[in-house]
Amino acid sequence: MKALALAIVALVGGLLISATVDFPDWGDPASPAALHVSPRYIEKTMEDTSVPNIVTSVLADYRGFDTMFETTVVFTAGVACFLLLRRREPRPGPSRVYRHRASGVIVEMSQAPDTEPAPEVFKRIDDDWTPHDLIVMNVCRLLIPFIQLFGLYVIAHGHHSPGGGFQGGVILGASVILLALSWDLRTASLRMREVATGLMSAIGVFIYAGVGALALAMGGNFLDYAALAPILMVDPVAARSLGIFFVEVGVGLAVMATMVLIYKNLASEGRLDQGL
Amino acid sequence: MEQYIPLFLTKYNYWVYIALMMIGLWAMIAKNNLVKKIVGMNIFQTAIILFYVSIGAKYGATIPILQHGSGHGHEAAVRAADYINPLPHVLMLTAIVVSVATLGVALALVIRIHQRHRTLEEDEILEQLRES
Repeated sequence: MKALALAIVALVGGLLISATVDFPDWGDPASPAALHVSPRYIEKTMEDTSVPNIVTSVLADYRGFDTMFETTVVFTAGVACFLLLRRREPRPGPSRVYRHRASGVIVEMSQAPDTEPAPEVFKRIDDDWTPHDLIVMNVCRLLIPFIQLFGLYVIAHGHHSPGGGFQGGVILGASVILLALSWDLRTASLRMREVATGLMSAIGVFIYAGVGALALAMGGNFLDYAALAPILMVDPVAARSLGIFFVEVGVGLAVMATMVLIYKNLASEGRLDQGL
Repeated sequence: MEQYIPLFLTKYNYWVYIALMMIGLWAMIAKNNLVKKIVGMNIFQTAIILFYVSIGAKYGATIPILQHGSGHGHEAAVRAADYINPLPHVLMLTAIVVSVATLGVALALVIRIHQRHRTLEEDEILEQLRES
């Protein structure tokens, strides 16, 4: 088996390397990829959309359909993880572990209690509990708001600098995952509940498709943001820029919520009570 | 020998990606552990992404964000040779998203397999399937 795999890998690698002789040189400004389609985008982007970041304008406007279904792919992946993993019953062994806040004594209850003990007195901890590191917890607590602010900046400033909905959404999702890693999954789940993650990822896709459908209703083509100019009360070129911003917000929402949804289900094997 | 030096200098980026890609392909075919196969799949995807991004590179060009881009763009004409090709970046942005989505679903499937078979080794899983 290993010999067969090695033969296949060597054959494919050799064929690919022999094919690279015909490829354009690295960084050649006259390579075929740089000659036919892309100059049109580079030269006309400002005229068409007034967005200096060509990647953003191509992503959300010229290739808007592609990105819309890309967002749908992300949403579908979240739904698939949810359907594969999510289960309602608690972990095998219904014991729960609490720490008495004042004394630090750890109590294990073999039966899950009907009513949770008062949270000011007892703190529930994971049963494969590691002592919480005060420095890690507090540094993360201080950092997370700034990380989220930066995520919002990356989404909103994607027209003028590297960034956009996907990148900003991942940063926002990472901030919630950082909270789950440095505190615990329950703390993160209290800040962003399961219903919220599901709803937000669906709403993100809905915003994107909704902007497209609104353009259709205003008499333009689907996702032709210039048709939104009468509502936004700007000229059609600026309307394209604003339309790109709206769909980027939708993308950001969907990506953030889906990242958190996937992480929570993976970390807790779909039980969402405790995990990494 | 000497005629191969310019060939190497202008093409070595592709060879690096092919080496990476073959590492990923090897992991996907030959490794027994399912998580290692997924790691191989990610290395493979990364090699493709690097390949596309390097196609967009141009000597003497800057990132595809127009300079002096404020206002409504009736200023100086933009020369395409001054900016690297944005299309591979756009395509690979979406490819990265797909790779994250596939990674999430693959890990979810691996967790389900582990819950059922208590192992992630492919041969042990196949043996269990044959016995049942």
